Amino acid sequence: MSTHGDPPLLRVEDLRVEFPTEDGVVKAVDGITYEVGRGRTLGVVGESGSGKSVAAMTVLGLTRAQGAKISGRVIFEGVDLLKLDEVALRQIRGNEIAMVFQDPSTALHPLYKVGAQIVEAVRAHQDVTKAQARARTIELLGLVGIPDPDRRVDDYPHEFSGGMKQRAMIAMALANEPKLLIADEPTTALDVTVQAQILALLERLRGELGMAIVIVTHDMGVVAEMADEIAVMYAGRIVEMAATERLLSRPEHPYTWGLLRSIPKLDGPRAERLEPIKGSPPSLIDPPSGCHFHPRCEYARPEHARIDPELRPLPDDPSHSVACLLEPKERRKLWGEST
Amino acid sequence: MRSYIIRRVLWGILLLILVTALMFVLFRILPTGEPARLRAGRNASPQVVAALRVDLGLNKSLPAQFWIYMKEVLLHFNLGYSYYSNAPVRGLIAERLGATLSLMLGGAVIWLMVGLPVGILSALRRGSWLDRASMGTALVFVSAPEYWLGLIALYLLAADIGRVKIFPGAGSYVSLTSDPWKWFTSLLLPWLVLAAGSAAIYARLMRSSLTEAMQEDYIRTARAKGLSERRVVLRHGVRAAINPILTILALDIATLLGGAILVEVVFDIHGIGQLAYTAITHSDFLIVQGTVLLGAMFIVVANIVVDIAYAYLDPRVRYS
Repeated sequence: MSTHGDPPLLRVEDLRVEFPTEDGVVKAVDGITYEVGRGRTLGVVGESGSGKSVAAMTVLGLTRAQGAKISGRVIFEGVDLLKLDEVALRQIRGNEIAMVFQDPSTALHPLYKVGAQIVEAVRAHQDVTKAQARARTIELLGLVGIPDPDRRVDDYPHEFSGGMKQRAMIAMALANEPKLLIADEPTTALDVTVQAQILALLERLRGELGMAIVIVTHDMGVVAEMADEIAVMYAGRIVEMAATERLLSRPEHPYTWGLLRSIPKLDGPRAERLEPIKGSPPSLIDPPSGCHFHPRCEYARPEHARIDPELRPLPDDPSHSVACLLEPKERRKLWGEST
Repeated sequence: MRSYIIRRVLWGILLLILVTALMFVLFRILPTGEPARLRAGRNASPQVVAALRVDLGLNKSLPAQFWIYMKEVLLHFNLGYSYYSNAPVRGLIAERLGATLSLMLGGAVIWLMVGLPVGILSALRRGSWLDRASMGTALVFVSAPEYWLGLIALYLLAADIGRVKIFPGAGSYVSLTSDPWKWFTSLLLPWLVLAAGSAAIYARLMRSSLTEAMQEDYIRTARAKGLSERRVVLRHGVRAAINPILTILALDIATLLGGAILVEVVFDIHGIGQLAYTAITHSDFLIVQGTVLLGAMFIVVANIVVDIAYAYLDPRVRYS
């Protein structure tokens, strides 16, 4: 969401990504629209298979190589990235928009030194000598909190711990001071204590470098901490989107309720049990009719299997939108009862 | 790292000693042609044979023979004397190593230059016309026996008996030092025949290895950096895909250095393979033994080279 009428840094409009497979067409992303303002953080939350990672990678055209059918618009600083050819898109990748991936142990090339891989990122977009790029790399490694960066720059990935590898990936992403950082499950593969460090690092870097972040995760806790706005994705669509505080205090979609109830609370009564969301994520080849969530929704009515809800802004807060067929009053009552 | 190399080399030496001992068992203890009889010729009197047995040391006890044999082979690299060829085996082998080396090197260059690019293109365009055509052709060449391919090549293209007289035919090999141009032209057909099957194998290896590598997360990382696709494929994909292929290459080269028997025989190139072949047909067992030992040595050395090279090519091996 843009602030004060400035054009947003990134506007994704009705983005659709389909993968033709032998079993049928997988509609991984089924028409999503969102905006990210300069320096803002958007959290995209959803279960695995909700299309959140595919949507994030498609912004940089990284799903093209997999033969995806892509439609819609991805407007970054006024340019539709989906219309760019590979050569033009390469100028953006790793330069204006950078990406950090889920599993740092496989995201780094095992046969090249960590430093060399970051040097490569620097030199992909800056006309500098090897020595200058190396100096910049050491600076970057220091920035992301790698101890002894001028020595560790010559280490191979397997000599780094998981958390250090992810720090190195972040350093690589920052190499060209991107305006937007897309972090796809950046903490999922890491130990819990390391997760917190990586999140704190991203938070700090956002403050220092003023970049916008799109953080993709299945973990409500992560976005609650970091994001200014949250978009909740289900079966390739955004089902609810709002400013973080608003979404956490007044969630409107039963799926969002489910996600929030599955976070453990330290201050809750001991007897409180975590409630998993029943059922499993739907097939993206043949998604349920009507509201895609209805088979798993406790409050679904028979007609919800026929009517497909639209993502609509709420009357009292236009920045909060939800795609749910229940009456607003009823939703408020249900969420009030359950908390 | 140093101790790793030393360990590998010591192990290789031990292995060679064992192979040498095994040769003794194979050629002296198990029934073979009686060397003294071979030496004595047809219709030799028993006295002559007996005298020769003394000459050749065959009257000594087996342990004594074994000791002499091991000492000669391992310390003096003395592989014995071939009475059939009337020359020391070591000299015969040394004389012919150049031809085998020439054949192997040219063949390897061709099969790598053809096989690897074809494999890379096939991997990048899987299912395309190019991929199907090259993998189909590869299957044909992998299946075609070398001697058959060699004879067909001679029948079609040799200057003497060919339908289209382009390349020098069988028996035209001359050494590099005597006439470089003739050396080159005479080896063209053998190189192509030798390379055909291997190029096909290497194309398929490269295709599967690179296909796998291109699925890796680090390829996505490379693309996300904004690298050109060419750089993504060559620096990141191929670099990871090539390691297993280099292992196989080293062993293939070693095997061929031990004699490319079929190609050498078909094209009448006087190399190690042909030497072994004629020695076998004449029961000239010392030469057979020598060529087998040579082949074993190349394999052992290649294995050591591979192990050491791997430590340089893959940093994860170096530290484990």
